[in-house]
Amino acid sequence: MTEPLLSVRDLRVEFPTRRGTLTALDGVSFDIMPGEVLGMVGESGAGKSLTGAAIIGLLEPPGRIAGGEIRLRGERIDTLAPDAMRKVRGKRIGMVFQDPLTSLNPLYTVAQQITETIRTHADVSEAEARQRAIALLDRVGIPAAARRIDDYPHHFSGGMRQRVVIALALCAEPELVIADEPTTALDVSVQAQIIDLIKEICAERGAAVMLITHDMGVIAETADRVAVLYAGRLAEIGPVKDVILNAEHPYTRGLMGSIPTLTQESDRLVQIPGAMPRLTAIPRGCAFNPRCGQAFERCRQDRPDPVNRPGNRQVACWLHAPEVTHG
Amino acid sequence: MNRLARAWDSDIAWSFRHSPVAIVAAVVALLIILSAVLAPWIAPHDPFNPASLNLMDGFTPPMEPNQFTGNVYWLGTDNQGRDIFSAILYGARISLFVGFSAVIFAMVLGISIGLLAAWRGGWVDSLLMRIADVQLSFPSILIALLIFGIARGVIPPAYREEMAIWVLIVAIGLSDWVQFARVVRGAALVEKSKEYVQAARLVGAHPARIVLTHILPNVMGPVLVIATIGLALAIIAEATLSFLGVGVPPTQPSLGTLIRIGQGFLFSGEWWIILFPSIALLALALSVNLLGDWLRDALNPRLK
Amino acid sequence: MIAYVLRRIVQSVLVMLVVALVSFSLFRFVGDPVATMMGQEASQADREALRDRLGLNDPVIVQFAGFIARAAQGDFGISYRLQQPVMELILSRLPATLELALISGTLAFVLGVGFGVYTALNRRGWLSGAIMTVSLIGVSLPTFLIGVLLIWVFAVELQWLPSFGRGDTVDVGPWRTGLLTQSGRASIVLPAITLGLYQMTLIMRLVRAEMLEVLRSDYIKFARARGLSDRAVHFGHALKNTLVPVITITGLQLGSIIAFAIITETVFQWPGVGALFINSVQFVDIPVMAAYLMLIALIFVVINLVVDLLYYAVDPRLRVDRAAARH
Repeated sequence: MTEPLLSVRDLRVEFPTRRGTLTALDGVSFDIMPGEVLGMVGESGAGKSLTGAAIIGLLEPPGRIAGGEIRLRGERIDTLAPDAMRKVRGKRIGMVFQDPLTSLNPLYTVAQQITETIRTHADVSEAEARQRAIALLDRVGIPAAARRIDDYPHHFSGGMRQRVVIALALCAEPELVIADEPTTALDVSVQAQIIDLIKEICAERGAAVMLITHDMGVIAETADRVAVLYAGRLAEIGPVKDVILNAEHPYTRGLMGSIPTLTQESDRLVQIPGAMPRLTAIPRGCAFNPRCGQAFERCRQDRPDPVNRPGNRQVACWLHAPEVTHG
Repeated sequence: MNRLARAWDSDIAWSFRHSPVAIVAAVVALLIILSAVLAPWIAPHDPFNPASLNLMDGFTPPMEPNQFTGNVYWLGTDNQGRDIFSAILYGARISLFVGFSAVIFAMVLGISIGLLAAWRGGWVDSLLMRIADVQLSFPSILIALLIFGIARGVIPPAYREEMAIWVLIVAIGLSDWVQFARVVRGAALVEKSKEYVQAARLVGAHPARIVLTHILPNVMGPVLVIATIGLALAIIAEATLSFLGVGVPPTQPSLGTLIRIGQGFLFSGEWWIILFPSIALLALALSVNLLGDWLRDALNPRLK
Repeated sequence: MIAYVLRRIVQSVLVMLVVALVSFSLFRFVGDPVATMMGQEASQADREALRDRLGLNDPVIVQFAGFIARAAQGDFGISYRLQQPVMELILSRLPATLELALISGTLAFVLGVGFGVYTALNRRGWLSGAIMTVSLIGVSLPTFLIGVLLIWVFAVELQWLPSFGRGDTVDVGPWRTGLLTQSGRASIVLPAITLGLYQMTLIMRLVRAEMLEVLRSDYIKFARARGLSDRAVHFGHALKNTLVPVITITGLQLGSIIAFAIITETVFQWPGVGALFINSVQFVDIPVMAAYLMLIALIFVVINLVVDLLYYAVDPRLRVDRAAARH
């Protein structure tokens, strides 16, 4: 087995508030292999984006990493000094944000923003940075890149702007790209193009992708593996095909039920009753137990830890605990 | 939970209990307001009764016996032997009266104009908001001075002194209504488009009823913030106008008038005549301002 | 662009017309010019004759047109109190006010932006806390009190600086300046600080609030995620975006400075137009009041216009020609 590119262990993120400390991420562990696409799904507030922010070291204060560790090629990055972390950001981990309309500084041209980033991470001349920027824009599919590079962001449409954002995230050739809901703010018609672009261009450069989304359909088409988050905890992780076809966690099964497919098996649409608990009111035991159709006594008492399952899978559910039979 | 306990547990009360600045500001403001209201009962002297003044007592420094009469005054006396402490209590009374009246006037005017603009829409709205825009681009002290000047031109000289306080209230109030109008108009427009208001209009509910039950409760928070900060501004405006000599008449000196009087004695060394009224004015304006600031943050947690 | 400028100019002219109407109404309806000019003992026939000569019997609209025509030539009549042409009075005092306003405006802008940026970037530092507290006291401290305080400390106690007047002045063409003499420069220090302090606190709080808002924006997050240095993020990206709205409001502040000079000029017996205006209010000297109002309005309108055009130059989003916007 090769060494993972990114390894997250027992990540715990807390927000001190006046009514006590909220635990937004609790004991999250997963690996990303070089060149792999890991999908990260969950409802709003499950902690997907926070995981991304924690990895790249940009949690909004007062949020902070309270436990666990994050390693990039074996080196801890969650404890790096700010200056050292800055050299990781952009250079080794790139990030694509949700809304291309607000991700670009409106007062600078695209050229200024890309060359600035290139020259921050590589010792090249202004002219060379510009050449690289044009090539990159051309690669992400901006027509007439050499001319459009001097336009301001507001001259571009949403889809085109997201292509610029992707170019910016990739311009220092990172090994990992974290794409946080990269298509949510876009027209449906361009969503697939952007996802394909991210997948292709990262594959080309050998960069791994952590794709954060609430859209199981996107995951199904794009990801190699998928991690499911629920209320700040990892519910299930495994190869995407297996998880989709044969989910082991009742919550994941519910999520899969929400993808409309044309396959014969999905004649019933599974609905999950209720809503994800707020971070202030996570129930005792398994966070999902009040909504779970198969919950039994132990689910209400003890919190399940992720256990290894055959086929490189993990699931955090008492139904699959080795010593327990179905209740 | 009863109402009191709920109020105690509310976010506002929570933020108040955890803000030492807000608590101190509230205590200082309340103390000044209370002593101003109770001035006739707690002031050691009546500074405006000429019969009680003794010129021999003039220029007594604070906490020292007067060289002729041996009388001791906490904060000293002015040139006419007036007790500074009593003068401050009475002065604060006038400053607060003008301040509160002006803010209430501005609030009533602003809320009415804001509601009218939102409710009528069309050219009424455009006209009112244009006026507001133009007025907002001029400093309110200039508007107040102008209104004051006009009023002096209109009112016959014999009545000028008598009317001065009311002219001042109107001038400050008229210079300060725009903020209220804007906030109320904005909120009213939002509410107006909501379905239940549309429904209430359709079934013929009286506009006044809709305004009172649906719109006003929604703007009370911002209005309160504006009113609090507006009170500090009105107190400062009154003091400024009085200091410039166009405010309240010298027979009813406010804090600003006292400072104006005291300025004349700065060079001859009687520092207490100007210092204590200045401290009183600053304490009043600062505490009200701090309260307003705190209130705005408490009602708008995002800004924290 | 030209259409935009034209529209703004038309708007400015409209505002001036409204202010002119207010000024004219002052002239025409507040106080009786005839009574003021002739005194109590003039006969009814003399009064009628004067009314006729002054055009007071013409239709109001004709009178208004005449007022505007005269105002455009700088003719606002004779001061009731000083018996001199109003325009002469104002012009002789304008340099004093403008010098004071420019110096304190520059002071307020430079310090306000500097402190604002500092407190926004070091939000939790003790120095920021101290600056913010002092600024709140500055907002609560009425301008006249600041002036009195400065006089007390620096003129009465320390005797470092003069407490009133302009010191020695030198005529440079029609402009009487105090900036070329030692005593003139010493005299302007205290008034300039008094006048600028309040504006400085306003600018500082505005810059701080805007900067904090900008620092929360997506494009700043994205800039950080690309590994740009703090300096590039703060001063390259955040500051420029902060200054766009700040320019507008600061420009308007410059107008207020001229109006607020009324107070400072009274405290320091500074021989400017503000002191002239206060006296005219006390003595109901209508022609001076009306002319001052028009002058201030003109300054405001011009500043507004310049600020708008400046805004247009700084923000590329406003420069977009709608017809040519590419989507």
